Amino acid sequence: MPYQIIVCGGIAPDPLQTLEPAMGPAGPALKNEMMLPAVFDPWAAHALYEAAHLARQFPGSSIRVVTLAPKAKLQQVMMTVAQKLPFELIPIDGPGGGFTDAVEVSKVLAQAISAIPGIDMSQFLLFGGWESATRGSGCVIPMVAARLGIEDCFLAVDELKIEDGALVIKERVEGGLLQVSRCSAPPAALAWATGSLPEPPNHPQTGMANMRAMMPALQRAKPAGLTGEGFSVPQATLPAQQRQTQVVKDKPAAEISRELLEWIKG
Amino acid sequence: MSIETEAGNDVNGVDAKPLDADIVCVGFGPASAGFLTTLTKLLQAPSTDQPVESRAVPGMPPQILCYERADDIAFGVSGVVTRARAIKSTFPYLNTAEIPLSARVGSERLLYLLDPHGASRRPLWMRLADKVIKGLAREDYSYEAPYIPPFLHKQDGFIFSLGQFMQWSGQQVMFSGTAQVWPGTPVSDPLFENGKVAGVVLAADGTEIRAELTVVGDGPVGPVGRRLDEVYGMPLGHKRDEWAVGMKMVVDLPASCTLEEGTVFHTIGYPEPEIFGFFYVHPDRVASVGIFVPSWLDSPVRTGYRYLQHFITHPAIWRHLKGGRMRSWGAKSLLESGRRGEPRLCGDGYARIGEGSGSTNVLTGSGVDEAWLTGRLLAEGVHELWREGLPFTKANLEARYVRRRRTSWLEKESIIAERARNGFQRGILRGFLGMALAGFTSGALGYNRRRDKPARPLEEFYRGRLSAEQVRDIRAACEKDAQPLHDALMEAAGWPAIEFDGQLLVSHQDALLMGGKVQAAPDLPDHVVFRDPDLCAACTNRLCIEICSGEAIHAGENGAPVFDRDKCVHCGACIWNCTQEVAPGVSNVAFCAAPGGLHSAEN
Ligand SMILES: Cc1cc2nc3c(=O)[nH]c(=O)nc-3n(C[C@H](O)[C@H](O)[C@H](O)COP(=O)(O)OP(=O)(O)OC[C@H]3O[C@@H](n4cnc5c(N)ncnc54)[C@H](O)[C@@H]3O)c2cc1C
Ligand code: SF4
Ligand code: SF4
Repeated sequence: MPYQIIVCGGIAPDPLQTLEPAMGPAGPALKNEMMLPAVFDPWAAHALYEAAHLARQFPGSSIRVVTLAPKAKLQQVMMTVAQKLPFELIPIDGPGGGFTDAVEVSKVLAQAISAIPGIDMSQFLLFGGWESATRGSGCVIPMVAARLGIEDCFLAVDELKIEDGALVIKERVEGGLLQVSRCSAPPAALAWATGSLPEPPNHPQTGMANMRAMMPALQRAKPAGLTGEGFSVPQATLPAQQRQTQVVKDKPAAEISRELLEWIKG
Repeated sequence: MSIETEAGNDVNGVDAKPLDADIVCVGFGPASAGFLTTLTKLLQAPSTDQPVESRAVPGMPPQILCYERADDIAFGVSGVVTRARAIKSTFPYLNTAEIPLSARVGSERLLYLLDPHGASRRPLWMRLADKVIKGLAREDYSYEAPYIPPFLHKQDGFIFSLGQFMQWSGQQVMFSGTAQVWPGTPVSDPLFENGKVAGVVLAADGTEIRAELTVVGDGPVGPVGRRLDEVYGMPLGHKRDEWAVGMKMVVDLPASCTLEEGTVFHTIGYPEPEIFGFFYVHPDRVASVGIFVPSWLDSPVRTGYRYLQHFITHPAIWRHLKGGRMRSWGAKSLLESGRRGEPRLCGDGYARIGEGSGSTNVLTGSGVDEAWLTGRLLAEGVHELWREGLPFTKANLEARYVRRRRTSWLEKESIIAERARNGFQRGILRGFLGMALAGFTSGALGYNRRRDKPARPLEEFYRGRLSAEQVRDIRAACEKDAQPLHDALMEAAGWPAIEFDGQLLVSHQDALLMGGKVQAAPDLPDHVVFRDPDLCAACTNRLCIEICSGEAIHAGENGAPVFDRDKCVHCGACIWNCTQEVAPGVSNVAFCAAPGGLHSAEN
């Protein structure tokens, strides 16, 4: 059976960057956010790679990515992501940082998904990241699912297998345990943890094919119109950090851990 | 079986048949940005003529693709201060507020830096002159020149972060919908067919992109440009033999710093007399500081990072930086042969633009605007050829691109600069004199170029300062610890150790991680390869290890170099610092196209 997979995923500052919260005119923001290079949110990226894997196994499947992000930055990010696998982009122009109200974000995403013609609930899988690199609220996908009337929602998913048409889902649960559930059929919502698939290599031809539809979609992207009403972030700080780097190769793990321990003890 | 998504995309993967385009550009630096911006504007300008149609895919608008090696279009490295004459003519109403980190040039100073440690390699005349200058100098060991030569000044220009400028211009090109710029997509080779260039080959999967015109803007060390030089040869008398590695930091200035946005310092004299430095103040209390370590710095332990640290801790610089924090760091080679390094600018199916086409001006210390101009001139020529339905042959490109270049200010100024640096082959005094002569006589006077001397052995270089035994012991100790020699040798020769403050003065590896955020894609072959390991084993001047901007080349077994691509910033310095050749003009370092490297958008 083919699946109609919709992946909700935003963009986030490249995790290699040094991030600094700062107070902007509209509340907290990241310092120099527009200057920072961005990537597709790493949690949602896992969901996307899993979606590609599933779609490859079930001919006729489709993948769409619904994204709320500033469109100029999103376009730049797509020049890389679009090279990884074929998908359709549904962009919504709006803030990309973590300082937005998850309730409002879920509403905008659910509206965009509801507006897609031809969705067949019996084939529909909602994918996304369990958290986001911008803020780990962990509640966007369940809220989108609820708004779309999807009752089966799985959080921190590490694996999905299809057995006789049923979805067999491995989730992380409290206490470091894993739980395996069987969901007889779509629709279902899966908020992915890391999954197990590596990042697919860039494939320039896939990118070219994707971009033919993505550029016009980006140019047409409508503003999200988030109001931020009733939502505020009184404070945002980073944990204090100290760093002292050594780059070593071929050092035994035991020795590295001993050195780390010594360093932590001071 | 193939599967179609709503967007018409095949989920099962696409077949790898060649792609057809009209134009394919290699690299997205200022040259390609100038080309694509101009071409986009020309194609979109209101006109009564028929719109230009693709010749590769009839019925469609022109198919224009650009492939950039780095993982983002904003990961380049430059100063930048620029008079921006060409950029301003493309954007007459450029608003610096739209481009983060950009400012208009305000006050500009030229500082001569004395050596507070007495460790730099100053010839006797210079030490005597320093004694006189010291009487006139400020307490911070600097002497401000009363006047900036007109060829050096950047009044009315801009200070940019190259990364931010490229991001800004790239977004506009992309949003025009006229051209696509693909980051993380290195081009491995030109595609040759019947003696012509018929497109490019992508490194990722060998896809051939066939195009009527290949625009090569891959900068000073790009593999595509170098391959064209191998195949077509350089014009008679032309050679690429003058280089520098530019290394910089972007710094959050301390609260105590009173320098205003737009301030520009050019420095000479320190850490070695041949090393030029810069200090540019961006908005919001951020500055770019850096140095250029040239190929004529006759040192067998040529290093960028250590010298950069001595530069920023010079009292005249440190008074503004102390207490500051490193935001970003990066390094890259500059091709400083200028016009003498100009390759064949075009041929059937290809054209060369930017620094790789010999556009950088060493006298004015300027490359960004020159590169932009070459791109702009090519775009104007290409647009004309399209309109007239003419093919991109050598003759047509000569007539429409090269002729424009020959009558531009770029050509006039590069003739003036042609002999400006030759004096440095004869010593520092004649080096500075040669620059002044070329600058003030508009190139009429200057020194001619001599043959390059091979790097001197360490023992000879340090004679009088370190004994042969000292050098031997240091060499043995460094080899044992797999460390480069420069730190130990410089300290033995009188350079003070750098005291790390964890913010701005950090280890080289920390600079890579904190500032450069260096990354390499997994599972790819090494892009730096030592062609003949026997040459390396027998090599006594392993400059590749000393100069490596990322400590990505280190001494392995018996001191021979080993490459670690996780640290490589793709600066290209290993190519021109290798002291051995496998064939005339071909060094023992093969530098191939690969993604990865710096992940900072601020350099
Ligand atoms: C530290 C430093 C400071 C400088 N300061 C100044 C200054 O103040 N003012 C000034 O005017 N100039 C300055 N310059 C010089 C200036 O930056 C260059 O002259 C200019 O960037 C050249 O532009 P370009 O487009 O020709 O090449 P580049 O900027 O080198 O761009 C070439 C692009 O091609 C890409 N590329 C290479 N190989 C491949 C491949 N195989 N496939 C795909 N892509 C590839 C590269 O990644 C790069 O992005 C400075 C340079 C340095 C290093
Ligand atoms: S790469 Fe060149 S400089 Fe380095 S050791 Fe080998 S031959 Fe010598
Ligand atoms: S190995 Fe990489 S970082 Fe080192 S000099 Fe060569 S290109 Fe630069």
